[in-house]
Amino acid sequence: MEKFEKFTGIVCPLDRANVDTDAIIPKQFLKSIKRSGFGPNLFDEWRYLDHGEPGMDNSKRPLNPDFVLNDPRYQGASILLARENFGCGSSREHAPWALADYGFRVIIAPSFADIFYNNCFKNGILPVVLDAETVDQLFEDAGGEEALEITVDLENQRLHTAHGREIAFEVDPFRKHCLLEGLDDIGLTLQHVDDIRAYEQRRMKEAPWLFQDLLNEG
Amino acid sequence: MTAKTLYDKLWEAHVVREEPDGTCLLYIDRHLVHEVTSPQAFEGLRLAGRKPWRPGANLATPDHNVPTTDRSAGIADPISRIQVETLDQNCETFGITEFRMDDPRQGIVHVVGPEQGATLPGMTVVCGDSHTSTHGAFGALAHGIGTSEVEHVLATQCLIQKKSKAMRIVIDGSVGPGVTAKDIVLAIIGEIGTAGGTGYAIEFAGQGIMDLSMEGRMTVCNMAIEAGARAGFVAVDDKTIEYVRGRPYAPKGELWDMAVAAWRELHSDEGAVFDKEVVIRGADIAPQVTWGTSPEMVVPVTGRVPDPADEADAVKAEGMRRALAYMGLEAGTPITDIHLDKVFIGSCTNSRIEDLRAAAEVVKGRKVADNIRQALVVPGSGLVKRQAEEEGLDRIFIEAGFEWREPGCSMCLAMNADRLEPGERCASTSNRNFEGRQGQGGRTHLVSPAMAAAAAIAGHFVDVRELT
Repeated sequence: MEKFEKFTGIVCPLDRANVDTDAIIPKQFLKSIKRSGFGPNLFDEWRYLDHGEPGMDNSKRPLNPDFVLNDPRYQGASILLARENFGCGSSREHAPWALADYGFRVIIAPSFADIFYNNCFKNGILPVVLDAETVDQLFEDAGGEEALEITVDLENQRLHTAHGREIAFEVDPFRKHCLLEGLDDIGLTLQHVDDIRAYEQRRMKEAPWLFQDLLNEG
Repeated sequence: MTAKTLYDKLWEAHVVREEPDGTCLLYIDRHLVHEVTSPQAFEGLRLAGRKPWRPGANLATPDHNVPTTDRSAGIADPISRIQVETLDQNCETFGITEFRMDDPRQGIVHVVGPEQGATLPGMTVVCGDSHTSTHGAFGALAHGIGTSEVEHVLATQCLIQKKSKAMRIVIDGSVGPGVTAKDIVLAIIGEIGTAGGTGYAIEFAGQGIMDLSMEGRMTVCNMAIEAGARAGFVAVDDKTIEYVRGRPYAPKGELWDMAVAAWRELHSDEGAVFDKEVVIRGADIAPQVTWGTSPEMVVPVTGRVPDPADEADAVKAEGMRRALAYMGLEAGTPITDIHLDKVFIGSCTNSRIEDLRAAAEVVKGRKVADNIRQALVVPGSGLVKRQAEEEGLDRIFIEAGFEWREPGCSMCLAMNADRLEPGERCASTSNRNFEGRQGQGGRTHLVSPAMAAAAAIAGHFVDVRELT
């Protein structure tokens, strides 16, 4: 995973609560066996006027002019501003894959669904929880004639808006460390192989029925 | 000794190591695998030259993409076919047990696990699917994970986790006749909202829950995620143990006795403290019908479609207006005036034998209404299907005008050919009524199997309690 460094990006305001992962990336695109290439189908049902299927040339599809992602002001946006319970629904990691592939690196919302929140960190996306009042203010700032730019400083846990506002945010120290260093979770866990084996040895005595292999014969 | 919650007990038994900040390495006993969220994880293993830590802890079956019609010719959609074949190849390469599409034990992963005894009380169970909370019905800690975590579990048999807060939802007293597990969980979601359980692990308790069969408890836990909680669970009692006894992968002989003794401890201690507690009177719960595009948009069948003008919160009111427009409904419409185009009985929420029996009881000797274009029954597994056929349920459904299908996720999420067309309205026993969930432009109303069956017969929603 790439290291998460300080950057400045355009904010795209998506003013809906309870945006679910079915909306972020519809099911027909989940048939891919790859991790990449989901960006053009991000928010597919809202973004295009026709019905999308895998394999279509998305550059030729009719865009929905009323959808915020198609607004000329927000082209090249890398920060998504959203409402409460963003990412609810299915556990599909295709949702953060699609957001990252499109170019979003930060999502700001008053609250996130748990699984989605967790999946973001595994894909180099920083989800930022801010209180509803601050989010309201950002929606106002981002909805002006000119797009709002924000500088994201994860190291110091600060957002700096182009209007000169500074907003502090909380993030779990371990997750912050992993993002800043671009660390791979599996590599980290495998540093503790001895602990895992010791646990298994102890547990096998306590609860041996948990270690019966599932064999095809059943 | 401090009183512990069931969650404390499940959590503590699985901590491999804990960092000073509370981040834990949690051991995973059972990993269930399906074709949609696993290919990238297996690919990751391959690229890193890693092997599954304990192949025998995994169980796989294809469910999301499989056709529910005749399978002898394979899968027609080439992209779906590649995904299912990829699962077959990965399981073969990495030595993981898989019930393939032509295996009589194939089915929805959350139906198959419990049916086979692969889900046991006290386990940690994970799967790349948010409805993994289903397995919590067994007094297990079960939740959905993303594909990166699927790879993590395959490679290490562990997950990096922090403990959630503990919530107890008590259904106080029994529910009335005609009120099912589905109605209970929809009423809970209506009460606490789709984000009400975010950050919590929920224990479902009280008379209304303990009255339920294991299958009913699975329905309730299945939709914990629709209340925002990754995990939902129920304490172990005699019903749990009797359900597990004799299942193919359940422990036998001495191991069984040893296991049962341990399982008897899987309940919250008297006086255990929860971070949040919600109490709902069982007697207050009526059969539920969702009217909008989020499971929290739910009312009793006796109610009406609500009016956004009555909602004080502006963001919520706007969400309601958008939902009404999408659903093609007007505020104030009585729920029983809503006419339907399709009916779907199935999904990991409601496709087990008791669900099919409840629907068949309503359908028996009746006909599907003329305005219903399609009524589907999709059993949760090959074994559920076989049992239903032994009981003659398939005949009841077919004679009434339902289609009797092969097992899979089917129209719950419409990844296969089963779907709604734009504007079509469906009474569905599944778990999500999101925009486009059952097909682009499709309109979903979530209900219990009995309510779906009754709607199929009447052509519109009816209160199943009024049927004689």
